[in-house]
Formats: sequence, C-alpha cells, structure tokens
Amino acid sequence: MAVPALARQDADDSAPDEFAPSPRSWGRAFGDIRAALAQRELWGHLGWQDIKQRYRRSVIGPLWITISMAVTAAALGGLYSQLFGQPIGTFMPYVTVGFMIWYFISACVLEGTETFIANEGLIRFLPAPLMIYVFRTVWRQVLFFAHNVVVYVVVLAIFFQQLEGPYTMVNKATNPDAIVHPGLSWWALLAIPAFVLIVVNGLWVTLLFGIISARFRDIPPVVGSFMQLFFTMTPIIWTTDLLTGGAPGSPKAIISFLAKLNPFYHFIEIFRAPLVGQVQSWTHWAVCGAITVIGWSLALLALRNYRSRVAYWV
Amino acid sequence: MVSIDVRGACVEFPIFDAKNRSLKKSVLGRAGGRISEQKVPVVEALRDVDLSLHQGDRVGLVGHNGAGKSTLLRLLAGIYEPTRGRASIRGRVAPVFDLAVGMDPEISGYENILIRGLFLGMSRREMERRVDEIADFTELGDYLNMPLRTYSTGMRVRLALGVVTSIDPEILILDEGIGAVDAAFLEKARDRLRDLVGRSGMLVFASHSDEFLVELCDTAIWMDGGIIREQGPLRDVVSHYKGRDVFENLSQETLERLERANAG
Repeated sequence: MAVPALARQDADDSAPDEFAPSPRSWGRAFGDIRAALAQRELWGHLGWQDIKQRYRRSVIGPLWITISMAVTAAALGGLYSQLFGQPIGTFMPYVTVGFMIWYFISACVLEGTETFIANEGLIRFLPAPLMIYVFRTVWRQVLFFAHNVVVYVVVLAIFFQQLEGPYTMVNKATNPDAIVHPGLSWWALLAIPAFVLIVVNGLWVTLLFGIISARFRDIPPVVGSFMQLFFTMTPIIWTTDLLTGGAPGSPKAIISFLAKLNPFYHFIEIFRAPLVGQVQSWTHWAVCGAITVIGWSLALLALRNYRSRVAYWV
Repeated sequence: MVSIDVRGACVEFPIFDAKNRSLKKSVLGRAGGRISEQKVPVVEALRDVDLSLHQGDRVGLVGHNGAGKSTLLRLLAGIYEPTRGRASIRGRVAPVFDLAVGMDPEISGYENILIRGLFLGMSRREMERRVDEIADFTELGDYLNMPLRTYSTGMRVRLALGVVTSIDPEILILDEGIGAVDAAFLEKARDRLRDLVGRSGMLVFASHSDEFLVELCDTAIWMDGGIIREQGPLRDVVSHYKGRDVFENLSQETLERLERANAG
C-alpha cells in the first residue's frame, strides 16, 4: 500500500538514528508546515465544519453571515454619512469594504490567540502537525469573508454610478485640499493580491499569537481589548480624507501622523482603496510587505522553539 | 521498517496555576529581580524510559492509575516529544485515546469517520472507499447517519476501532477505554487486531483487564511512578504486577486458542 508521507512521524525518515533532529530545529519546523499543507483536505474540511456547525439547524444557515454584514454596513454607512455630512453613494461602499476586511483581520487576531487553546483536545489526543490548526482557523475566516463579498457586490451594483468617475469624500467647497479620487478602474484587481497578502499575514499572526497565548493565558483578553481600541483608531467608519489640509503641528496633522503608525490602517488601505476607486499609495504596500517579513520571521522562530512545547501547554 | 526507539526519555509537565500562568509574573518577576527564581512546578510523568519495539510486537501496558501509562502511549504516538532524551517513531501511528475527544458530538458518525481518517493521514477519497467496510465492521448500519451524541460508549468504541483498523496503521496504540464493547464485538475486534499486527505492525495497549491483555498481547510493560518497573513476557510481568498468575483462571479452551494464535 502506498503510504502517504504526511502520516510519518519522522520528518526525514532517511536520517540515521544518531542524528535524529532535536525537537528545536528548523527542519522540524518546516516539516510541520509541509505536512500541514499536504493535509489540506483535513483543515479544509474542518474549516467548513466550523461554519456549518455554527449554523446547524438554522433555516438559512451561513446566509446569516451575509445578512449581518449587510445590516451592519447599511446601518453604520447610513448613520455616519449623515453625521460627517458625506455623500452616502461613496461613503456606503467605503464603509462596507472597510468592515469586510476589518472583520477578517480582527477575527484572525482574536481567534488566532485561541487557536491552540480551542483545539486542546485534538492536540493532546491525535498526533498531527500544529499548523493544521492555524490553517483551520484562517481558512474559516476566509470562508466567512467569501460570504461577505456578496454584500460588496450588491452595494457596488447600487452605487456604481457614484464611484465610476472622480469623486471626493469630503466637501470640496469647505475643504479646498480635499483629495480627488480617480474612481473605479481595472486597478480594482489589485485587491486580489492585497487579500492574498492579508491572508499570509493572518497566518503568522495566528501562529505567533496562538503559541504565546497557549503559554500565557492573559494574552487573549489583552488582545481583545486592544482590538476594540484599534477599531476606533483605524479609518473604517471615518476617513483620513477628513485630516487633509492641516497646517504642520496642528491637531489634524498630528492625528494624521498617528494614524499612519497604526499597522491595521495600511492593511485596510491596500485592500479597500482599489475596490472603491480611491487614490492608491505604494507606501502602504511597502509597510505591509515589511510587516509580513518581520512577522513571519518571528512566527517561524516561535514555531521552531516552541512547536514541541504546545502539547504540554494546552 | 516499523520501529519505536526510546532512549532516556523524560516527560515533564509544567503546571501553571492561575497565578503562575500569567505574563504579570514573568514580567514583574524579571523586573524585580529580588524574588528568588520562581520555578513553575513540574510533574515528572515519565522518567528515563528506555524502550525498543519492533514489527510484530504486541505489548500490554499495566500499572496503577497515574503510573504513566497514558503518557507513555502519547509519547509513543508522537504527541508529546520528550523533554529530555529522545524518541524516534517510524511508521504510521493510529492512536485511540479518550473516546470523547477528537470526535464531534454534533456531527454524524459518517462525518466523524471521515475526519478521523483525515487526521490519521488518509485522503478523503481513500476514506470514502472504506466507509462501507467500516459500517459493516461496526454493525452500526443506519445509525451512522445520526449525530454522535446519540451514541452509547460502546458504539463510540466500535466506531473508533473501525476507523483505526480499516486504515492499515503500522503502529496501533490503544488506551483502556475500549473495554466498553460487548463480548461478541470483542471477539471480532480481536481477530482483526491480531490480523493487523500480523500483517504489518505493532500494538501497544494499556488495560486493566486480564482478558484483554491475554487475548491481544504477548509481552508486557509494568509502569510504576513514571518509570518502567518490569518488561518481559506477558505472563511473568502481569503475574508480578497482580501478585497472581493471570493464566490460572483461563479455561482450557481459551488457552488452546491462544496457543494456536500465538503459534500461527
């Protein structure tokens, strides 16, 4: 019988016994990732299972994901466009896309901290690569996200005319420095690589925070309260266009500077700007790229050093 | 080649209680510096275990509660990597531990079979091919469409055994939970397990039941306080452990059958 390599306990079967790799080696860490990738049927199935599970016995099932997203976007988009005096035709798509991607990012962070804790039973009773649980968690979020894309399509269909040509988010008459956005174009396709980059980041966040949280149980609540703060600080229901035109040193300029220190802002921007036809800046991509490299380095280091400890900690 | 080779392996669990397991202590403890190094208490579940198992071995694991049987099984399954020493496991491992874990009570028996199989390294297609055979073996029939929470313990054991024995594992690891099946099924499972071990593999089985041990194993390990107290032929080890000869009370018929099975 053909034995799938992934079921092997030893990553490199050919190595002689005397050189059995220590639990803390890069070989074992990458072996874990490779084995988990090979078992994609497993985490693919588990991710679906998680969604079906949540809506088991409900009549319209996962459609509730889409509906709740639509209700949130409509309510907040409607309310805040009035509060800020912004045209609903451009603000509604802006809020919808911002929410979609924020949900994905914050779920990766929040559920990432719980990824090994929640799978405690499986980790302690079945031998499997750790990355299985990371992929399961992120894949589940990707599936949620896919349900929310429907809302974007509907909103776009409704407000397409307002996004087609150049537009401003704030009133040009009161704010002469207002940024003029070019409107929707084929650049919208940039959202696809942007989403891929965000998923890649979701993976290291889940892995790193998952390992740290398995050891230190204070981390999930701490992260939870910080995410609340970040939601307010990140331009999702408000726009940085409101901050343009401030003199250097003015409160506007300071807030604008502080907003750029928020890593979530850059990830939201690379995805949202193309989809609502806004001005795009390569600096966001550069920041996101740097975060990806640093984040994955830290996460791989954690995987190498603590992979074999997680079963003891959960 | 199927083998398990364990040398000087220790398994030590750090016990973080609510106070210890917080960042506060780590951070503040380091910053303060005056408090003597506060070590996390460690439970030494296994100490200096040396073990070498080969193809065809059928090992029974005996010992009191808390002697380290389950921990040793998990070490052999590759779930715990030794904190000191080393363990090298070659072969496809299929463990059956706590039957409630790794099975989702809300989904059907069929889906649980599939997930179990995927965890053990099968592909979806391979599992779909085996599902009928498993349904046959477990005798659960249409019940496999029911959510697992409606199953009795014995039915869960049937399901778990059905999956692990259907996938041709090389190393089969069973914890004591499987005692919950009825005699008729036991007989069926016994033949299948013997078959499996004879074909390709190795069996490690923890149990308190003489009957199971005698039926399934030919050597034994006596665990005591985290160390291997004795290792050798089943009859000797289990007799020393229990303080009486376990083969004494067996019927002539059983003895003959065992002799035949062990010879063949």
